[in-house]
Amino acid sequence: MKWSEQFTSSVGKKWVMALTGLFLIIFLVVHAGINACIWANDGGEMFNKAAHFMGSTVLIRIAEIGLFLGIFLHILQGYMLEIQNRSKRKQGYAVPMGNKGSKWYSRSMALLGTILLMFFILHWWHFWVPARFIGHEELTELEINGVQMHNMYNLMQFTFQELWVVIVYVFACFSLCWHLIHGFQSAFRTVGVSNSKYVSLIQNVGIGYSVIISLAFAMMPVSMYLGWV
Amino acid sequence: MEQYTMNLTLKVWRQKNSAERGSFETYPVKNISSEMSFLEMIDVLNEELIRDGKDPIAFDHDCREGICGMCSMYINGRPHGPWEKNTVCQLHMRAYKDGDTIVIEPWRANAFPVIKDLMVDRSSFDRIIQAGGYISVNTGSPVDANAIPVEKNMADAAFAAAACIGCGACVAACKNSSAMLFLSAKVTHLALLPQGHPERQTRAMNMVAQMDKEGFGACTNTGACEAVCPKGISIENIARLNREYMMAGLASDK
Repeated sequence: MKWSEQFTSSVGKKWVMALTGLFLIIFLVVHAGINACIWANDGGEMFNKAAHFMGSTVLIRIAEIGLFLGIFLHILQGYMLEIQNRSKRKQGYAVPMGNKGSKWYSRSMALLGTILLMFFILHWWHFWVPARFIGHEELTELEINGVQMHNMYNLMQFTFQELWVVIVYVFACFSLCWHLIHGFQSAFRTVGVSNSKYVSLIQNVGIGYSVIISLAFAMMPVSMYLGWV
Repeated sequence: MEQYTMNLTLKVWRQKNSAERGSFETYPVKNISSEMSFLEMIDVLNEELIRDGKDPIAFDHDCREGICGMCSMYINGRPHGPWEKNTVCQLHMRAYKDGDTIVIEPWRANAFPVIKDLMVDRSSFDRIIQAGGYISVNTGSPVDANAIPVEKNMADAAFAAAACIGCGACVAACKNSSAMLFLSAKVTHLALLPQGHPERQTRAMNMVAQMDKEGFGACTNTGACEAVCPKGISIENIARLNREYMMAGLASDK
């Protein structure tokens, strides 16, 4: 079997989804970990240092390219699969099966993913684009231990003063949670984990991971809006 | 449970042939016994239709004891009706009460074109089996019984997968019209046994290729297939197939 055949078959496409999905799952841990520094109660010093480290380290900048490739591959492959899978039943049922046998979020991965994609565009516009390219009047410079860096903490605090932004971010975190609850365990199934003892472990860890990561992300704009940090 | 009779309204998909567009027809049926099977209820209706000079409803059936997998009906939004691990022939009318409306549709999937009314063409499954769902054995004198040791756990797991009757309920239930539960059952039942081992890799690759060619969708692990399988085939088999397929691809020579 050629490489092209292997990764373009129905099973191969799912492998692409699973491997990129697992990569993004690992990325979310890093992202949540760095952002959690806002709760260090030091006026954002630890967070700014961490953000500066991520933005100024060559290896991490190279990994960032991999991250964008992973995200776009996951999005493109996801939409391709959704379109192809929908086309496999030209004549639908008069009575839909609904929740008899599957969960709504398992059937709605494309919808949840689309919500996340729309959120990402807003999220990149809020932070990534100003930090990398065009700057922002609230993205001031500061010096910590003689190192010049962006005050990302200040930009975060400014962004999360708007209530609608906080609501959009929290809504996106709900979508992320449901997307992950299906995606986490499904990714492991797709890469071939079939042993019962691992499957039940993965299901439970997956739910825990999804809730903790989404809750952590959701609490960041909420904490800033309510003035907790 | 007490025997009772009921009057029902059936909405049945009628379609002359695969080329023509079908539509629902409504039929009232009277004095149906709670002890009839679902197919017997359709038989009663068909006899009335024949008596009135109308075309009876075409539906697949064979053994009527839940092991052939022919009775493909999607009843009120669920393949094989409301009962778990069940086929339509084993669905009894005690599942319904007087005055119920029952909507009956054929399996819906491009890979299962409607032949007539509730009958669909499932020869795509046969072609998937022909692509590798077998073992090649040289004929000759029979080997001694138990000459090849098989671990009990493996034999049980292989047997559980081999219980698949190829009815297609998994495809009918799947939002993606994926045949992965069927395929994974066939691959698993041979992959776990020593007799199936020599052709293990080509089997996984060829059967997946054939499945894609037949126009089935890709699996997204929603679990709907497992929930409706009359033989309780586990979705864990799909994970095993995913592993078999990727390992086979990575290990293949070309």
